[in-house]
Amino acid sequence: MIFLSRRPAAFLSALALGAAIAFSAAPVLAETPEEKGLRIAHEGEGRDKGFGNYTADQTMILRNKRGQESERHLRISVLENETDGDKSLIVFNRPRDVKGTAMLTHSHKVEDDDQWLFLPALKRVKRISSSNKAGSFMGSEFAYEDMTSQEIEKYTYRWLRDEPCGEFTCWVSERSPIDKKSGYTRQVSWVDQEEYRVWKVEYYDRKNSHLKTLTVPSHQQYLGKHWRADEMLMVNHLTGKSTRLIWQNYVFGADLDDSDFTKVSLKRAR
Amino acid sequence: MTYRGALARGALALGALTRGASALLLGGLLLLVALPVGAETVFQEVTGRFTLEGRYFPQSSIQSGQREHSLSVVAEPEIYLENEAGHGLILKPFFRYDSADTRRTHWDIREAYGLFFGEFEDSEWELRAGIDKVFWGVVESRHLVDVINQTDLVEAPDQEEKLGQPMLHGTWLNDYGAFEAFALPYFRKRTFPGRAGRLRTALQIDGEQTTYESAAKQHHLDLAARYSHSIGALDFGLAWFEGTNRSPAFSLGFDPGGSPVLVPFYEQMRQYSLDAQVTTGAWLLKFESFWRDGERNAQGLEEDYFALVGGFEHTWYGVLDGNTDLGLLLEILYDDRGKRATVVTEGDVFSAVRLAFNDEASTDILFGIMQDLNKSTRSLFMEANRRLSDNITLGFEATAFLNVHKNDGQFSLRKDSFLQLDLTYHY
Repeated sequence: MIFLSRRPAAFLSALALGAAIAFSAAPVLAETPEEKGLRIAHEGEGRDKGFGNYTADQTMILRNKRGQESERHLRISVLENETDGDKSLIVFNRPRDVKGTAMLTHSHKVEDDDQWLFLPALKRVKRISSSNKAGSFMGSEFAYEDMTSQEIEKYTYRWLRDEPCGEFTCWVSERSPIDKKSGYTRQVSWVDQEEYRVWKVEYYDRKNSHLKTLTVPSHQQYLGKHWRADEMLMVNHLTGKSTRLIWQNYVFGADLDDSDFTKVSLKRAR
Repeated sequence: MTYRGALARGALALGALTRGASALLLGGLLLLVALPVGAETVFQEVTGRFTLEGRYFPQSSIQSGQREHSLSVVAEPEIYLENEAGHGLILKPFFRYDSADTRRTHWDIREAYGLFFGEFEDSEWELRAGIDKVFWGVVESRHLVDVINQTDLVEAPDQEEKLGQPMLHGTWLNDYGAFEAFALPYFRKRTFPGRAGRLRTALQIDGEQTTYESAAKQHHLDLAARYSHSIGALDFGLAWFEGTNRSPAFSLGFDPGGSPVLVPFYEQMRQYSLDAQVTTGAWLLKFESFWRDGERNAQGLEEDYFALVGGFEHTWYGVLDGNTDLGLLLEILYDDRGKRATVVTEGDVFSAVRLAFNDEASTDILFGIMQDLNKSTRSLFMEANRRLSDNITLGFEATAFLNVHKNDGQFSLRKDSFLQLDLTYHY
């Protein structure tokens, strides 16, 4: 009997979108920090609207305390869905034992995402639970919830302060997951006021201690509109382990539609 | 005239027809598979694996000549070609050399098919022509409704491994679900361990003398259809299969040397099945069942029957060190023929615990038990896997057959508990 244990998660990322806290040109009077946070989160999301779809290659470099490294190679396709959550397909290429394994996610704004996994050795499509939010993705320092579509409705927001970050000024704000299954009490993010790019996120665990820090050294703009990270570094302060995630070969406006994100197309994903 | 009588007469008339049709279909399949090669290949890749496997049977054998140890080597390359339209051609042969069992030394074409797909208005279509593998079902303890491919039994006693099946497989998918049709023009005989192999029946099975209910024998055109859909938390599939039963009945015979042997007989059967899973939070609720007719029971008489497997899987995430997942599985297996059942899982309960450590090596351990509810028979199993490097994985398996009741179908396996270690290189 073969049971699934290597359960990857959907990686919708586009962090520039999810954690973005924007500053409106027309500030509302007597706005609470919470109202401000939510309003500008919507504004931030609006800036990335209309990307349609994209594909990209990801390389994850996992580094343990002793400095030993191992790699994960994935290919991701994302389809924007404005009425509900986005759809995504991840195909694993390395390590070689999971090559051909593919995961389909239909994310939702409020309720749990739908996820299916294709196991090539058995040619089996398996519906899996998407409630494993806090678990490690492929043994990396990224949790499943860091990787799935970060719909605005899944958090509460609060603007904290403005602060210089490099050559920009950043809004520093926090968001708290509504889902009790999340591994975090809150996430504090640094987002520049010019282009709403996320440069840093601090993750606080359920005991409210500083668990991880994500830093993004550089971004690139696609189609003159959509900013995406070239690279992300997640450091776990508790274990001393880290994961570097490199994004390559972004293609926006690929020939993708709903028919590329079904249980049938999942079986032929490569 | 009864329905069955009509069916029998129809089958007679169809006998000659179906043989011709299946030969034609088989020829057509080969042609279709060859088609995409003509188009320009824009992507190709060769992947696969080599596995070195050792098995050890701690108890001495029942039959003389059976070995305590075996060493096996497996090669399973996969060649994939894709043209500009995204249509693909897949070839996946399989080879095993086994030091102990000449029957386990075997080869197969697991997959060799052309893959075509496209869109028509709001629907998506897909056609697979050639040798392929199809999986139906949701439960873990037994693959009850999964009926398209024959079991490659020499590979593993748990019936997880399948032989490649020639087929024409069409899928039509739209908002109402997926509609699939299968034409299966050639039947594959089940593989069985040889004389020196373990995990076999007391009497040797002589596949050379295999007989069939259909006059078309292996060329009977088997047909199947399936409708499946996902609605919220529910995934389900309804299926129909009509053709050669993948699991044989046996009769007593003699081999050319005059020794008694078991001779496989493959009857024609019909199966209607339902498989469903509800996924809610960390719970997976699973159910599979079928209704079959045309199959003989353990007394050699045809008997319509019903079988089901149902249960759940629940996972606690982030237990122990905060990173390990602990899963609990429980399934009930039932066959309404009871003592007349031809399977050993006629009334059993299956339970398992799975630990996934979510580490860089993707270490996981599964421990389970299958207990017969009417007899003493119990089997324990354990599986563990770990990645050693980007290309190499290590697996460990153990199966123990305990208190096997003498009226149980697996009585001949009572001394065949085994340990298995495998090292796989993936490329």
